[in-house]
Amino acid sequence: MKAFKFDWFILPLIGIAVVLLMWQISSKTWAKELPTPHKTWEASKDYVLKPFEKRGEMDQGILRFTWYSLILVAKGYAIALIIGTPIGFCLGLSKAFTKTFDPIIQVLRPVSPLAWLPLGLVLFLGAGKQASELGALFTIAICAMWPTVLNTAVGVRAIPQDYLNVAKVLKLSRWKTLTKVMIPATMPYMFTGFRLSLGIAWLVIVAAEMLTGRPGVGGFLWQEYNALLYEHIILCIITIGVVGFVLDRLMSLVESRFKTA
Amino acid sequence: MPYLELKSVSKGYGSNGSRTEVLRDVNLSIEQGEFVAIVGYSGAGKTTLMSILAGLIRPDTGSVTLEGREMSGPGPDRGLVFQNYSLLPWLTVAENVRLAVDQVFPEKTEAGRAAHATEFIEMVNLAPARDKRPHELSGGMRQRVSVARTLAMNPKVLLLDEPLSALDALTRANLQDEIARIRAQQKQTVVLITNDPDEAILLADRVVPLTAGPNATLGESFIVDLPHPRDRKALNHSPRFRELRRDISEYLLRSRQDRHATVTRKLILPDIDPEDLSVPRNMLGRTRPLRSSEAREATVEVSS
Ligand SMILES: Nc1ncnc2c1ncn2[C@@H]1O[C@H](COP(=O)(O)OP(=O)(O)OP(=O)(O)O)[C@@H](O)[C@H]1O
Ligand SMILES: [Mg+2]
Repeated sequence: MKAFKFDWFILPLIGIAVVLLMWQISSKTWAKELPTPHKTWEASKDYVLKPFEKRGEMDQGILRFTWYSLILVAKGYAIALIIGTPIGFCLGLSKAFTKTFDPIIQVLRPVSPLAWLPLGLVLFLGAGKQASELGALFTIAICAMWPTVLNTAVGVRAIPQDYLNVAKVLKLSRWKTLTKVMIPATMPYMFTGFRLSLGIAWLVIVAAEMLTGRPGVGGFLWQEYNALLYEHIILCIITIGVVGFVLDRLMSLVESRFKTA
Repeated sequence: MPYLELKSVSKGYGSNGSRTEVLRDVNLSIEQGEFVAIVGYSGAGKTTLMSILAGLIRPDTGSVTLEGREMSGPGPDRGLVFQNYSLLPWLTVAENVRLAVDQVFPEKTEAGRAAHATEFIEMVNLAPARDKRPHELSGGMRQRVSVARTLAMNPKVLLLDEPLSALDALTRANLQDEIARIRAQQKQTVVLITNDPDEAILLADRVVPLTAGPNATLGESFIVDLPHPRDRKALNHSPRFRELRRDISEYLLRSRQDRHATVTRKLILPDIDPEDLSVPRNMLGRTRPLRSSEAREATVEVSS
Protein backbone atom coordinates (compact mmCIF):
# COMPACT_ATOMS: atom_id res chain seq x y z
CA MET A 1 0.00 0.00 0.00
CA LYS A 2 2.75 2.38 0.95
CA ALA A 3 4.82 1.54 -2.09
CA PHE A 4 1.76 2.09 -4.23
CA LYS A 5 1.25 5.61 -2.88
CA PHE A 6 4.90 6.38 -3.25
CA ASP A 7 5.00 5.34 -6.88
CA TRP A 8 1.84 6.96 -8.05
CA PHE A 9 1.58 9.98 -5.86
CA ILE A 10 4.87 11.04 -4.32
CA LEU A 11 7.07 10.58 -7.39
CA PRO A 12 4.91 12.67 -9.73
CA LEU A 13 4.77 15.37 -7.06
CA ILE A 14 8.56 15.38 -6.92
CA GLY A 15 8.59 15.77 -10.69
CA ILE A 16 6.31 18.80 -10.48
CA ALA A 17 8.41 20.30 -7.73
CA VAL A 18 11.58 19.96 -9.80
CA VAL A 19 9.98 21.70 -12.77
CA LEU A 20 8.61 24.51 -10.59
CA LEU A 21 12.05 25.01 -9.11
CA MET A 22 13.69 25.22 -12.52
CA TRP A 23 10.99 27.63 -13.63
CA GLN A 24 11.59 29.79 -10.56
CA ILE A 25 15.35 29.79 -11.11
CA SER A 26 14.96 30.59 -14.79
CA SER A 27 12.73 33.57 -14.15
CA LYS A 28 15.18 34.93 -11.61
CA THR A 29 18.30 34.45 -13.73
CA TRP A 30 18.34 34.33 -17.51
CA ALA A 31 14.68 34.87 -18.46
CA LYS A 32 13.81 38.01 -16.62
CA GLU A 33 10.55 38.50 -18.51
CA LEU A 34 9.27 35.09 -17.45
CA PRO A 35 6.85 35.49 -14.57
CA THR A 36 7.61 33.37 -11.51
CA PRO A 37 5.25 30.53 -10.56
CA HIS A 38 3.88 32.65 -7.74
CA LYS A 39 3.18 35.63 -9.97
CA THR A 40 1.59 33.36 -12.53
CA TRP A 41 -0.76 31.99 -9.95
CA GLU A 42 -1.66 35.44 -8.61
CA ALA A 43 -2.48 36.68 -12.09
CA SER A 44 -4.40 33.56 -13.12
CA LYS A 45 -6.33 33.00 -9.92
CA ASP A 46 -9.42 34.78 -11.20
CA TYR A 47 -9.54 32.67 -14.33
CA VAL A 48 -9.02 29.39 -12.51
CA LEU A 49 -11.18 29.94 -9.46
CA LYS A 50 -14.09 31.37 -11.44
CA PRO A 51 -13.65 29.16 -14.48
CA PHE A 52 -17.03 29.85 -16.04
CA GLU A 53 -17.26 33.60 -15.61
CA LYS A 54 -17.80 35.78 -18.63
CA ARG A 55 -16.51 39.33 -18.25
CA GLY A 56 -16.13 40.10 -21.94
CA GLU A 57 -15.60 38.48 -25.31
CA MET A 58 -11.91 37.88 -24.69
CA ASP A 59 -11.98 37.90 -20.90
CA GLN A 60 -13.63 34.73 -19.66
CA GLY A 61 -12.98 31.92 -17.19
CA ILE A 62 -10.46 29.41 -18.41
CA LEU A 63 -12.91 26.50 -18.59
CA ARG A 64 -15.28 28.64 -20.60
CA PHE A 65 -12.52 29.21 -23.13
CA THR A 66 -11.70 25.52 -23.03
CA TRP A 67 -15.31 24.74 -23.71
CA TYR A 68 -15.35 26.91 -26.85
CA SER A 69 -12.20 25.22 -28.04
CA LEU A 70 -13.58 21.78 -27.33
CA ILE A 71 -16.71 22.47 -29.33
CA LEU A 72 -14.68 23.56 -32.33
CA VAL A 73 -12.40 20.53 -31.96
CA ALA A 74 -15.40 18.22 -31.70
CA LYS A 75 -16.82 19.53 -34.97
CA GLY A 76 -13.53 19.35 -36.84
CA TYR A 77 -12.74 15.95 -35.37
CA ALA A 78 -16.14 14.60 -36.36
CA ILE A 79 -15.55 15.74 -39.93
CA ALA A 80 -12.11 14.10 -39.85
CA LEU A 81 -13.56 10.75 -38.74
CA ILE A 82 -16.50 10.86 -41.13
CA ILE A 83 -14.21 11.47 -44.07
CA GLY A 84 -11.16 9.56 -42.84
CA THR A 85 -12.72 6.22 -41.93
CA PRO A 86 -14.23 5.47 -45.37
CA ILE A 87 -11.02 6.57 -47.08
CA GLY A 88 -9.12 4.17 -44.80
CA PHE A 89 -11.49 1.35 -45.73
CA CYS A 90 -11.05 2.04 -49.44
CA LEU A 91 -7.26 2.06 -49.01
CA GLY A 92 -7.38 -1.22 -47.11
CA LEU A 93 -9.73 -2.92 -49.55
CA SER A 94 -8.44 -1.84 -52.93
CA LYS A 95 -4.90 -2.08 -54.23
CA ALA A 96 -5.80 0.18 -57.14
CA PHE A 97 -7.19 2.82 -54.78
CA THR A 98 -4.01 2.62 -52.70
CA LYS A 99 -1.78 2.98 -55.73
CA THR A 100 -3.82 5.95 -56.93
CA PHE A 101 -4.04 7.95 -53.74
CA ASP A 102 -1.21 6.82 -51.49
CA PRO A 103 1.38 9.21 -52.97
CA ILE A 104 -0.97 12.18 -52.50
CA ILE A 105 -1.70 11.16 -48.92
CA GLN A 106 1.97 10.79 -48.14
CA VAL A 107 2.60 14.28 -49.50
CA LEU A 108 -0.33 15.97 -47.74
CA ARG A 109 0.20 14.24 -44.42
CA PRO A 110 3.26 16.15 -43.18
CA VAL A 111 1.87 19.58 -44.10
CA SER A 112 1.62 21.74 -40.98
CA PRO A 113 -1.68 23.20 -39.78
CA LEU A 114 -0.12 26.62 -40.07
CA ALA A 115 0.13 26.01 -43.80
CA TRP A 116 -3.42 24.71 -44.18
CA LEU A 117 -5.15 27.49 -42.32
CA PRO A 118 -4.60 30.29 -44.83
CA LEU A 119 -5.85 27.98 -47.54
CA GLY A 120 -8.90 27.17 -45.42
CA LEU A 121 -9.63 30.86 -44.98
CA VAL A 122 -9.28 31.44 -48.71
CA LEU A 123 -11.56 28.51 -49.52
CA PHE A 124 -14.37 29.87 -47.39
CA LEU A 125 -13.84 33.53 -48.19
CA GLY A 126 -17.37 33.68 -49.58
CA ALA A 127 -18.86 32.60 -46.27
CA GLY A 128 -18.47 36.05 -44.72
CA LYS A 129 -18.68 35.94 -40.96
CA GLN A 130 -18.45 32.17 -40.91
CA ALA A 131 -15.18 32.14 -42.83
CA SER A 132 -12.92 31.88 -39.81
CA GLU A 133 -14.88 29.03 -38.27
CA LEU A 134 -15.10 27.08 -41.53
CA GLY A 135 -11.42 27.69 -42.20
CA ALA A 136 -10.53 26.42 -38.76
CA LEU A 137 -12.75 23.36 -39.16
CA PHE A 138 -11.17 22.62 -42.53
CA THR A 139 -7.72 22.82 -41.01
CA ILE A 140 -8.57 20.61 -38.04
CA ALA A 141 -10.25 18.03 -40.22
CA ILE A 142 -7.53 17.79 -42.81
CA CYS A 143 -4.72 17.61 -40.25
CA ALA A 144 -6.45 15.20 -37.85
CA MET A 145 -7.67 12.84 -40.55
CA TRP A 146 -4.44 11.00 -41.39
CA PRO A 147 -3.98 8.73 -38.37
CA THR A 148 -7.57 7.55 -38.80
CA VAL A 149 -7.06 6.96 -42.51
CA LEU A 150 -3.81 5.06 -42.12
CA ASN A 151 -4.77 2.98 -39.08
CA THR A 152 -8.08 1.98 -40.61
CA ALA A 153 -6.29 0.92 -43.77
CA VAL A 154 -3.81 -1.18 -41.78
CA GLY A 155 -6.67 -2.68 -39.79
CA VAL A 156 -8.59 -3.67 -42.90
CA ARG A 157 -5.51 -5.31 -44.39
CA ALA A 158 -4.96 -7.18 -41.12
CA ILE A 159 -8.39 -8.81 -41.01
CA PRO A 160 -7.65 -12.52 -40.62
CA GLN A 161 -8.52 -14.59 -43.67
CA ASP A 162 -10.38 -16.95 -41.32
CA TYR A 163 -13.03 -14.33 -40.58
CA LEU A 164 -13.48 -13.63 -44.25
CA ASN A 165 -13.77 -17.37 -44.88
CA VAL A 166 -16.58 -17.54 -42.33
CA ALA A 167 -18.35 -14.77 -44.23
CA LYS A 168 -17.82 -16.65 -47.49
CA VAL A 169 -19.10 -19.97 -46.18
CA LEU A 170 -22.19 -18.23 -44.79
CA LYS A 171 -22.57 -16.39 -48.09
CA LEU A 172 -22.97 -13.07 -46.32
CA SER A 173 -23.87 -10.24 -48.68
CA ARG A 174 -21.21 -7.60 -49.29
CA TRP A 175 -22.99 -5.20 -46.98
CA LYS A 176 -23.31 -7.78 -44.21
CA THR A 177 -19.69 -8.85 -44.62
CA LEU A 178 -18.74 -5.21 -44.16
CA THR A 179 -20.93 -4.52 -41.14
CA LYS A 180 -20.82 -7.89 -39.39
CA VAL A 181 -17.24 -8.93 -40.05
CA MET A 182 -14.95 -6.29 -41.48
CA ILE A 183 -15.92 -3.28 -39.38
CA PRO A 184 -15.87 -5.14 -36.04
CA ALA A 185 -12.58 -6.78 -36.97
CA THR A 186 -11.08 -3.38 -37.79
CA MET A 187 -12.44 -1.62 -34.69
CA PRO A 188 -9.31 -1.88 -32.52
CA TYR A 189 -7.16 -0.34 -35.24
CA MET A 190 -9.77 2.29 -36.01
CA PHE A 191 -9.89 3.40 -32.41
CA THR A 192 -6.13 3.68 -32.21
CA GLY A 193 -6.44 5.97 -35.21
CA PHE A 194 -9.27 7.91 -33.58
CA ARG A 195 -7.19 8.49 -30.47
CA LEU A 196 -4.17 9.75 -32.41
CA SER A 197 -6.47 11.93 -34.52
CA LEU A 198 -7.98 13.51 -31.45
CA GLY A 199 -4.50 14.40 -30.19
CA ILE A 200 -3.72 16.14 -33.45
CA ALA A 201 -7.10 17.91 -33.58
CA TRP A 202 -6.34 19.40 -30.19
CA LEU A 203 -2.90 20.50 -31.33
CA VAL A 204 -4.36 22.18 -34.38
CA ILE A 205 -7.12 24.05 -32.56
CA VAL A 206 -4.64 26.25 -30.77
CA ALA A 207 -2.88 27.23 -33.96
CA ALA A 208 -6.21 27.82 -35.66
CA GLU A 209 -7.55 30.01 -32.87
CA MET A 210 -4.35 31.97 -32.62
CA LEU A 211 -4.44 32.87 -36.28
CA THR A 212 -8.17 33.57 -36.48
CA GLY A 213 -8.52 35.26 -33.12
CA ARG A 214 -11.56 33.21 -32.15
CA PRO A 215 -12.43 33.03 -28.46
CA GLY A 216 -10.93 29.88 -26.96
CA VAL A 217 -7.76 28.84 -25.16
CA GLY A 218 -5.59 29.47 -28.20
CA GLY A 219 -7.17 32.80 -29.04
CA PHE A 220 -6.85 33.88 -25.42
CA LEU A 221 -3.18 32.87 -25.39
CA TRP A 222 -2.43 34.97 -28.46
CA GLN A 223 -4.37 37.96 -27.19
CA GLU A 224 -2.61 37.93 -23.84
CA TYR A 225 0.77 37.67 -25.59
CA ASN A 226 -0.08 40.78 -27.55
CA ALA A 227 -1.25 42.44 -24.35
CA LEU A 228 2.07 41.51 -22.69
CA LEU A 229 0.27 39.48 -19.98
CA TYR A 230 2.77 36.65 -19.96
CA GLU A 231 1.31 34.94 -16.89
CA HIS A 232 -1.75 34.04 -18.88
CA ILE A 233 0.32 32.41 -21.61
CA ILE A 234 1.57 29.94 -19.05
CA LEU A 235 -1.94 29.42 -17.73
CA CYS A 236 -3.06 28.59 -21.27
CA ILE A 237 -0.18 26.24 -21.90
CA ILE A 238 -0.93 24.29 -18.74
CA THR A 239 -4.63 24.17 -19.57
CA ILE A 240 -3.97 22.95 -23.11
CA GLY A 241 -1.65 20.26 -21.79
CA VAL A 242 -4.03 19.04 -19.11
CA VAL A 243 -7.01 18.96 -21.46
CA GLY A 244 -4.99 17.10 -24.12
CA PHE A 245 -3.90 14.58 -21.52
CA VAL A 246 -7.45 14.04 -20.27
CA LEU A 247 -8.75 13.61 -23.83
CA ASP A 248 -6.07 11.04 -24.57
CA ARG A 249 -6.89 9.10 -21.39
CA LEU A 250 -10.59 9.08 -22.22
CA MET A 251 -9.92 7.83 -25.73
CA SER A 252 -7.62 5.13 -24.34
CA LEU A 253 -10.46 3.92 -22.16
CA VAL A 254 -12.79 3.74 -25.13
CA GLU A 255 -10.07 2.12 -27.22
CA SER A 256 -9.37 -0.61 -24.68
CA ARG A 257 -13.07 -1.48 -24.64
CA PHE A 258 -12.80 -2.37 -28.30
CA LYS A 259 -9.75 -4.56 -27.94
CA THR A 260 -11.19 -7.96 -28.67
CA ALA A 261 -9.02 -10.92 -27.91
CA MET B 1 -23.92 -40.87 -59.88
CA PRO B 2 -21.76 -39.86 -56.90
CA TYR B 3 -23.06 -37.09 -54.69
CA LEU B 4 -19.83 -35.18 -54.20
CA GLU B 5 -17.00 -35.77 -56.61
CA LEU B 6 -13.42 -34.60 -57.11
CA LYS B 7 -11.88 -35.43 -60.46
CA SER B 8 -8.12 -35.19 -61.05
CA VAL B 9 -7.86 -32.16 -58.79
CA SER B 10 -4.49 -30.57 -58.25
CA LYS B 11 -3.46 -27.48 -56.39
CA GLY B 12 -0.21 -25.69 -55.67
CA TYR B 13 0.72 -22.47 -53.95
CA GLY B 14 3.05 -19.72 -55.00
CA SER B 15 4.20 -18.66 -58.43
CA ASN B 16 6.89 -20.02 -60.68
CA GLY B 17 9.94 -19.31 -58.56
CA SER B 18 8.93 -20.75 -55.21
CA ARG B 19 6.05 -22.96 -56.15
CA THR B 20 5.01 -25.94 -54.05
CA GLU B 21 2.64 -28.48 -55.50
CA VAL B 22 0.44 -29.55 -52.62
CA LEU B 23 -2.16 -31.84 -54.16
CA ARG B 24 -1.75 -33.80 -57.35
CA ASP B 25 -4.37 -35.77 -59.20
CA VAL B 26 -6.80 -36.23 -56.35
CA ASN B 27 -9.89 -38.29 -57.14
CA LEU B 28 -12.67 -38.87 -54.65
CA SER B 29 -16.32 -39.70 -55.00
CA ILE B 30 -18.68 -39.72 -52.07
CA GLU B 31 -22.20 -41.13 -52.02
CA GLN B 32 -25.08 -39.31 -50.37
CA GLY B 33 -25.19 -40.03 -46.65
CA GLU B 34 -21.71 -41.52 -46.61
CA PHE B 35 -19.23 -40.76 -43.84
CA VAL B 36 -15.72 -40.53 -45.26
CA ALA B 37 -12.64 -39.93 -43.15
CA ILE B 38 -9.43 -38.64 -44.70
CA VAL B 39 -6.26 -39.35 -42.71
CA GLY B 40 -2.94 -37.83 -43.48
CA TYR B 41 0.24 -36.32 -42.14
CA SER B 42 0.45 -32.78 -40.90
CA GLY B 43 1.17 -30.44 -43.76
CA ALA B 44 0.17 -32.98 -46.41
CA GLY B 45 -2.58 -30.71 -47.71
CA LYS B 46 -5.64 -31.81 -45.79
CA THR B 47 -6.89 -28.29 -45.12
CA THR B 48 -6.21 -27.43 -48.74
CA LEU B 49 -8.34 -30.37 -49.82
CA MET B 50 -11.10 -29.32 -47.44
CA SER B 51 -11.03 -25.74 -48.70
CA ILE B 52 -11.47 -27.07 -52.22
CA LEU B 53 -14.43 -29.19 -51.09
CA ALA B 54 -15.93 -26.16 -49.37
CA GLY B 55 -15.37 -24.02 -52.45
CA LEU B 56 -13.13 -21.54 -50.62
CA ILE B 57 -10.31 -22.11 -53.07
CA ARG B 58 -10.41 -23.28 -56.64
CA PRO B 59 -8.26 -26.16 -57.76
CA ASP B 60 -5.64 -25.44 -60.43
CA THR B 61 -6.90 -28.32 -62.52
CA GLY B 62 -9.72 -30.82 -62.29
CA SER B 63 -13.34 -30.42 -61.30
CA VAL B 64 -15.43 -30.48 -58.16
CA THR B 65 -19.10 -31.42 -58.52
CA LEU B 66 -21.89 -31.53 -55.98
CA GLU B 67 -25.05 -33.37 -57.06
CA GLY B 68 -23.70 -33.40 -60.59
CA ARG B 69 -23.29 -29.63 -60.78
CA GLU B 70 -19.93 -27.91 -61.00
CA MET B 71 -19.23 -26.16 -57.75
CA SER B 72 -18.94 -22.39 -57.88
CA GLY B 73 -17.78 -20.84 -54.66
CA PRO B 74 -18.62 -21.60 -51.04
CA GLY B 75 -22.11 -21.76 -49.60
CA PRO B 76 -23.99 -22.76 -46.48
CA ASP B 77 -25.05 -26.09 -48.00
CA ARG B 78 -21.50 -27.28 -47.30
CA GLY B 79 -20.97 -26.63 -43.61
CA LEU B 80 -17.28 -26.34 -42.81
CA VAL B 81 -15.93 -26.65 -39.29
CA PHE B 82 -12.63 -24.83 -39.54
CA GLN B 83 -9.49 -26.34 -38.09
CA ASN B 84 -8.85 -23.16 -36.10
CA TYR B 85 -12.48 -22.67 -34.96
CA SER B 86 -12.78 -19.29 -36.71
CA LEU B 87 -15.28 -17.85 -34.29
CA LEU B 88 -15.80 -14.12 -34.49
CA PRO B 89 -14.25 -12.85 -31.25
CA TRP B 90 -16.54 -9.85 -30.82
CA LEU B 91 -19.67 -12.00 -30.80
CA THR B 92 -20.89 -14.17 -27.95
CA VAL B 93 -21.45 -17.90 -28.38
CA ALA B 94 -25.14 -17.34 -29.07
CA GLU B 95 -24.43 -14.49 -31.47
CA ASN B 96 -21.91 -16.53 -33.41
CA VAL B 97 -24.49 -19.25 -33.91
CA ARG B 98 -27.22 -16.71 -34.63
CA LEU B 99 -25.14 -15.12 -37.39
CA ALA B 100 -25.27 -18.44 -39.22
CA VAL B 101 -28.91 -19.17 -38.39
CA ASP B 102 -30.10 -15.70 -39.46
CA GLN B 103 -28.25 -16.08 -42.71
CA VAL B 104 -29.51 -19.56 -43.59
CA PHE B 105 -33.11 -19.31 -42.37
CA PRO B 106 -34.24 -15.81 -43.25
CA GLU B 107 -37.80 -17.06 -43.69
CA LYS B 108 -38.15 -18.10 -40.04
CA THR B 109 -39.52 -15.71 -37.44
CA GLU B 110 -37.20 -14.03 -34.96
CA ALA B 111 -38.39 -16.36 -32.20
CA GLY B 112 -38.03 -19.37 -34.46
CA ARG B 113 -34.43 -18.52 -35.24
CA ALA B 114 -33.63 -17.92 -31.58
CA ALA B 115 -35.09 -21.32 -30.70
CA HIS B 116 -33.17 -22.96 -33.53
CA ALA B 117 -29.87 -21.47 -32.31
CA THR B 118 -30.61 -22.48 -28.74
CA GLU B 119 -31.32 -26.04 -29.82
CA PHE B 120 -27.86 -26.43 -31.30
CA ILE B 121 -26.10 -24.65 -28.44
CA GLU B 122 -27.74 -27.12 -26.11
CA MET B 123 -26.83 -30.01 -28.37
CA VAL B 124 -23.14 -29.32 -27.73
CA ASN B 125 -23.80 -28.71 -24.03
CA LEU B 126 -22.88 -25.06 -24.10
CA ALA B 127 -26.09 -23.54 -22.73
CA PRO B 128 -24.29 -22.16 -19.64
CA ALA B 129 -21.72 -20.40 -21.82
CA ARG B 130 -24.10 -18.92 -24.35
CA ASP B 131 -23.36 -15.31 -23.44
CA LYS B 132 -19.60 -15.72 -23.20
CA ARG B 133 -17.17 -14.51 -25.82
CA PRO B 134 -14.74 -16.90 -27.49
CA HIS B 135 -11.71 -15.70 -25.53
CA GLU B 136 -13.44 -16.74 -22.32
CA LEU B 137 -13.84 -20.31 -23.55
CA SER B 138 -11.46 -23.25 -23.52
CA GLY B 139 -10.23 -24.71 -26.80
CA GLY B 140 -12.67 -27.58 -26.60
CA MET B 141 -15.59 -25.26 -25.93
CA ARG B 142 -14.66 -23.08 -28.89
CA GLN B 143 -14.50 -26.15 -31.04
CA ARG B 144 -17.98 -27.13 -29.89
CA VAL B 145 -19.32 -23.67 -30.70
CA SER B 146 -17.82 -24.02 -34.13
CA VAL B 147 -19.52 -27.41 -34.53
CA ALA B 148 -22.83 -25.99 -33.28
CA ARG B 149 -22.62 -23.06 -35.68
CA THR B 150 -22.06 -25.38 -38.59
CA LEU B 151 -24.70 -27.95 -37.63
CA ALA B 152 -27.23 -25.17 -37.10
CA MET B 153 -26.89 -24.32 -40.78
CA ASN B 154 -28.33 -27.76 -41.49
CA PRO B 155 -25.81 -28.36 -44.28
CA LYS B 156 -26.21 -31.09 -46.86
CA VAL B 157 -22.54 -31.91 -46.47
CA LEU B 158 -20.68 -31.59 -43.21
CA LEU B 159 -16.97 -30.86 -43.62
CA LEU B 160 -14.95 -31.36 -40.46
CA ASP B 161 -11.31 -30.24 -40.62
CA GLU B 162 -9.51 -31.91 -37.71
CA PRO B 163 -12.26 -30.80 -35.38
CA LEU B 164 -10.83 -32.66 -32.42
CA SER B 165 -7.08 -32.64 -32.80
CA ALA B 166 -6.59 -29.68 -30.47
CA LEU B 167 -8.40 -31.36 -27.61
CA ASP B 168 -7.32 -33.52 -24.72
CA ALA B 169 -8.03 -37.24 -24.91
CA LEU B 170 -11.11 -37.19 -22.67
CA THR B 171 -12.87 -34.29 -24.34
CA ARG B 172 -11.89 -35.79 -27.61
CA ALA B 173 -13.59 -39.11 -26.82
CA ASN B 174 -16.69 -37.21 -25.70
CA LEU B 175 -16.91 -35.21 -28.86
CA GLN B 176 -16.28 -38.27 -31.00
CA ASP B 177 -19.34 -39.86 -29.45
CA GLU B 178 -21.19 -36.61 -30.02
CA ILE B 179 -20.30 -36.57 -33.70
CA ALA B 180 -21.35 -40.22 -34.05
CA ARG B 181 -24.66 -39.44 -32.37
CA ILE B 182 -25.44 -36.34 -34.42
CA ARG B 183 -24.60 -38.15 -37.59
CA ALA B 184 -26.80 -41.15 -36.69
CA GLN B 185 -29.61 -38.67 -36.07
CA GLN B 186 -29.26 -36.37 -39.06
CA LYS B 187 -27.73 -38.74 -41.62
CA GLN B 188 -25.84 -36.03 -43.51
CA THR B 189 -22.95 -36.68 -45.81
CA VAL B 190 -19.82 -36.14 -43.75
CA VAL B 191 -16.18 -35.65 -44.66
CA LEU B 192 -13.94 -35.79 -41.61
CA ILE B 193 -10.28 -34.91 -41.74
CA THR B 194 -8.10 -36.27 -39.01
CA ASN B 195 -4.54 -37.30 -38.27
CA ASP B 196 -5.68 -40.17 -36.05
CA PRO B 197 -6.47 -43.50 -37.78
CA ASP B 198 -8.34 -44.75 -34.69
CA GLU B 199 -10.70 -41.81 -34.83
CA ALA B 200 -11.23 -42.34 -38.52
CA ILE B 201 -12.13 -45.99 -38.07
CA LEU B 202 -14.32 -45.32 -35.07
CA LEU B 203 -16.50 -42.84 -36.93
CA ALA B 204 -16.36 -43.38 -40.66
CA ASP B 205 -17.83 -45.76 -43.22
CA ARG B 206 -14.73 -45.41 -45.33
CA VAL B 207 -11.20 -44.24 -44.61
CA VAL B 208 -9.10 -42.67 -47.33
CA PRO B 209 -5.43 -42.02 -46.64
CA LEU B 210 -3.78 -38.90 -48.04
CA THR B 211 -0.19 -39.65 -48.91
CA ALA B 212 2.60 -37.46 -47.59
CA GLY B 213 3.15 -34.22 -49.45
CA PRO B 214 4.24 -32.47 -51.54
CA ASN B 215 2.22 -33.78 -54.43
CA ALA B 216 -0.05 -35.60 -52.03
CA THR B 217 -2.82 -37.71 -53.45
CA LEU B 218 -5.55 -39.91 -52.05
CA GLY B 219 -4.76 -43.58 -51.73
CA GLU B 220 -7.00 -46.61 -51.95
CA SER B 221 -10.11 -46.58 -49.76
CA PHE B 222 -10.45 -48.77 -46.70
CA ILE B 223 -14.08 -49.74 -46.14
CA VAL B 224 -14.89 -49.88 -42.45
CA ASP B 225 -17.36 -52.74 -42.30
CA LEU B 226 -17.97 -52.55 -38.58
CA PRO B 227 -21.57 -52.22 -37.40
CA HIS B 228 -22.88 -48.94 -35.95
CA PRO B 229 -23.06 -47.82 -33.20
CA ARG B 230 -19.45 -48.57 -32.48
CA ASP B 231 -18.25 -48.88 -28.96
CA ARG B 232 -14.77 -47.61 -28.35
CA LYS B 233 -13.89 -50.28 -25.78
CA ALA B 234 -15.28 -53.22 -27.67
CA LEU B 235 -13.61 -51.95 -30.82
CA ASN B 236 -10.18 -52.25 -29.29
CA HIS B 237 -10.66 -55.99 -29.06
CA SER B 238 -12.13 -56.41 -32.50
CA PRO B 239 -9.68 -58.17 -34.84
CA ARG B 240 -11.14 -56.35 -37.85
CA PHE B 241 -10.50 -52.99 -36.19
CA ARG B 242 -6.91 -53.90 -35.47
CA GLU B 243 -6.42 -55.14 -38.98
CA LEU B 244 -7.79 -51.92 -40.46
CA ARG B 245 -5.68 -49.83 -38.17
CA ARG B 246 -2.57 -51.73 -39.11
CA ASP B 247 -3.31 -51.52 -42.83
CA ILE B 248 -4.00 -47.80 -42.78
CA SER B 249 -0.95 -47.00 -40.70
CA GLU B 250 1.21 -49.13 -42.91
CA TYR B 251 -0.16 -47.51 -46.01
CA LEU B 252 0.62 -44.06 -44.65
CA LEU B 253 4.09 -45.07 -43.56
CA ARG B 254 4.79 -46.64 -46.91
CA SER B 255 3.63 -43.51 -48.73
CA ARG B 256 6.28 -41.65 -46.88
CA GLN B 257 9.03 -44.18 -47.39
CA ASP B 258 8.29 -44.50 -51.09
CA ARG B 259 8.90 -40.85 -51.30
CA HIS B 260 12.26 -41.26 -49.63
CA ALA B 261 13.18 -43.96 -52.04
CA THR B 262 12.09 -42.29 -55.24
CA VAL B 263 12.79 -38.61 -54.87
CA THR B 264 16.13 -37.67 -56.27
CA ARG B 265 17.19 -34.15 -55.58
CA LYS B 266 19.85 -32.23 -57.32
CA LEU B 267 21.71 -30.50 -54.55
CA ILE B 268 22.61 -26.96 -55.40
CA LEU B 269 24.94 -25.27 -53.01
CA PRO B 270 24.09 -21.68 -52.21
CA ASP B 271 25.88 -19.35 -54.52
CA ILE B 272 27.36 -17.28 -51.77
CA ASP B 273 30.75 -16.84 -50.17
CA PRO B 274 31.01 -16.75 -46.43
CA GLU B 275 31.43 -13.26 -45.13
CA ASP B 276 34.83 -12.36 -43.74
CA LEU B 277 33.95 -11.26 -40.24
CA SER B 278 37.39 -9.80 -39.58
CA VAL B 279 36.71 -7.03 -42.10
CA PRO B 280 35.05 -4.14 -40.34
CA ARG B 281 31.57 -3.42 -41.62
CA ASN B 282 31.14 -0.29 -43.63
CA MET B 283 28.35 1.80 -42.14
CA LEU B 284 27.36 3.51 -45.38
CA GLY B 285 27.52 0.98 -48.18
CA ARG B 286 27.07 -2.20 -46.20
CA THR B 287 29.15 -4.80 -47.93
CA ARG B 288 27.03 -7.81 -48.57
CA PRO B 289 28.56 -11.24 -48.81
CA LEU B 290 29.85 -11.93 -52.27
CA ARG B 291 28.19 -14.45 -54.53
CA SER B 292 30.82 -16.78 -55.89
CA SER B 293 29.61 -16.13 -59.41
CA GLU B 294 30.37 -12.45 -58.88
CA ALA B 295 33.86 -12.92 -57.59
CA ARG B 296 36.18 -11.93 -60.42
CA GLU B 297 39.45 -11.78 -58.62
CA ALA B 298 40.37 -12.56 -55.08
CA THR B 299 43.52 -11.53 -53.35
CA VAL B 300 44.42 -13.88 -50.61
CA GLU B 301 47.14 -13.06 -48.21
CA VAL B 302 49.03 -16.02 -47.07
CA SER B 303 51.12 -15.72 -44.00
CA SER B 304 53.60 -18.40 -43.34
N1 LIG C 1 -2.15 -19.97 -48.52
C1 LIG C 1 -1.05 -20.71 -48.69
N2 LIG C 1 0.00 -20.21 -49.36
C2 LIG C 1 1.11 -20.95 -49.54
N3 LIG C 1 1.28 -22.20 -49.11
C3 LIG C 1 0.27 -22.76 -48.41
C4 LIG C 1 -0.94 -22.05 -48.16
N4 LIG C 1 -1.77 -22.84 -47.47
C5 LIG C 1 -1.09 -23.99 -47.28
N5 LIG C 1 0.13 -23.95 -47.84
C6 LIG C 1 1.11 -25.05 -47.88
O1 LIG C 1 0.46 -26.17 -48.36
C7 LIG C 1 0.85 -27.31 -47.63
C8 LIG C 1 -0.39 -28.02 -47.09
O2 LIG C 1 -1.06 -27.18 -46.17
P1 LIG C 1 -2.37 -27.62 -45.41
O3 LIG C 1 -2.78 -26.52 -44.51
O4 LIG C 1 -3.36 -28.06 -46.43
O5 LIG C 1 -1.85 -28.87 -44.58
P2 LIG C 1 -2.66 -29.80 -43.55
O6 LIG C 1 -2.58 -31.18 -44.06
O7 LIG C 1 -4.00 -29.25 -43.29
O8 LIG C 1 -1.75 -29.67 -42.25
P3 LIG C 1 -2.20 -29.79 -40.71
O9 LIG C 1 -2.45 -31.22 -40.42
O10 LIG C 1 -1.03 -29.27 -39.98
O11 LIG C 1 -3.42 -28.94 -40.56
C9 LIG C 1 1.78 -26.86 -46.54
O12 LIG C 1 3.09 -27.19 -46.94
C10 LIG C 1 1.60 -25.39 -46.50
O13 LIG C 1 2.82 -24.77 -46.22
MG1 LIG D 1 -4.98 -28.50 -41.70
